[in-house]
Amino acid sequence: MSIPADLKYTPSHEWVRVEADGTLTVGITHHAQDLLGDMVFIENPATGRTLAKGEECAVVESVKAASDVYAPVAGEVVAANGDVEASPESVNKDAYAAWMFKMKPANPGDVAELLDAAAYQKLVESEAH
Amino acid sequence: MLNQTPLNALHRELGAKMVDFGGWDMPVNYGSQIEEHHTVRSGCGLFDVSHMLPLDIRGANVRAFLRRLVANNVDKLQVSGKALYSCMLNEAGGVIDDLIIYFMDESWFRLVVNAGTAEKDLAWMEKMNADWGMGLTLTPRRDLAMIAIQGPDAAQALNEALPGVDSITANLKPFNAAAMGEMFIARTGYTGEDGFEVMVLAKSAPFFWKALMEAGGKPIGLGARDTLRLEAGMNLYGQDMDETTSPLESGLAWTVDLKTTERDFVGRAALEKSEVTKQLAGLVLLDKGVLRSHQKVLTKNGDGEITSGTFSPTMQLSIALARIPLGIAPGEEVEVEIRDKKLKAKVVKYPFVRNGEILIS
Repeated sequence: MSIPADLKYTPSHEWVRVEADGTLTVGITHHAQDLLGDMVFIENPATGRTLAKGEECAVVESVKAASDVYAPVAGEVVAANGDVEASPESVNKDAYAAWMFKMKPANPGDVAELLDAAAYQKLVESEAH
Repeated sequence: MLNQTPLNALHRELGAKMVDFGGWDMPVNYGSQIEEHHTVRSGCGLFDVSHMLPLDIRGANVRAFLRRLVANNVDKLQVSGKALYSCMLNEAGGVIDDLIIYFMDESWFRLVVNAGTAEKDLAWMEKMNADWGMGLTLTPRRDLAMIAIQGPDAAQALNEALPGVDSITANLKPFNAAAMGEMFIARTGYTGEDGFEVMVLAKSAPFFWKALMEAGGKPIGLGARDTLRLEAGMNLYGQDMDETTSPLESGLAWTVDLKTTERDFVGRAALEKSEVTKQLAGLVLLDKGVLRSHQKVLTKNGDGEITSGTFSPTMQLSIALARIPLGIAPGEEVEVEIRDKKLKAKVVKYPFVRNGEILIS
């Protein structure tokens, strides 16, 4: 599966979409769900929670293992997707459609520090070896 | 360099995701672990279990040797082909390994031991063989491959893959085996379903596997093997018990034969002196989340620990085996520490699932 060019990425395998109003939509990448396998449990951060960059803020669990999801930048959680909590397997079906939460970044400029698709592609390839 | 089974190339052709499993390059799944799990509960699944080691013991005194070597009593084996599950203990009563013993005749017993413990087991058995002056021959059978065929349609698939074998499978009762030349067919498994574990010469294994697939068998990885065995309430060596744990605190008292007082086996004295304070219990998580090994269990009688935990694809909730203090009965509630939370779980009598049926209400 190709890595969408219009998204930003973290080294810990979150994807980030910058919306028109400046909020960020966050999920885990196709590569991350592929490593974890069949998803069975997802816990999102509560709306209104303030996150530091890199803070553990959500959990995804497959049959095989539990994995933390980290805040890509500092900011405040403004929405959490109850649908993925109800149907964790939606992350396996389409990781880029199954968003987990939305946040308002503390500093909109921080998004520039995230990886672009090409850099993330390189990271995935390097991990494969 | 990882060890490879004779089916390694075939797993890769089938698109398996391969992992390092205790030094063996093994398929963890061929796509979806959950789908593979359901296949075994409703149809027929094929597992490559060639990493496990068949071990032939031959000589005049095999029965006498095994009477001392293992905690269960091989005198329960009187009919050729009959199998026995047992622990092999150290002097302290800890579990060196759990294994299956097949009685073929008085001068030939076949054991199947775990992959990760195979070398240690063999060294221990050779030492006992020498110390006790038994003069037996122990032959590891790395020239054999082992394929488990499991599920309600397992017999049908095996009969179709091996024309003529139905004359054997029709009369083969659970926990019995039959040998035909180098082919060895046992009605055993690790899933809680009907099924077979078949040993064939390594060179025949890929052809046999393909024939089983043509007969409707689907490849199943080690991921589903773990969720299936946990639903079936079967222990996993290294997780639910090891050299530091007693079988009496690992849900395995039923495999320790202390009744025959004149039979002294390694570990017996230690077990008889030991005070049993813990039990292996089944847990069902009542809150949302997934139970995992090493999570702490809080009970009214003190703390315990989860030894194996997972999401049960059949029950659609999380289940576990946990070593907890005695005196906590099925039906009681306990708490499990998961990350920063204390979640509610119910103690249950396991197995959780057998022959496709959920046994927990």
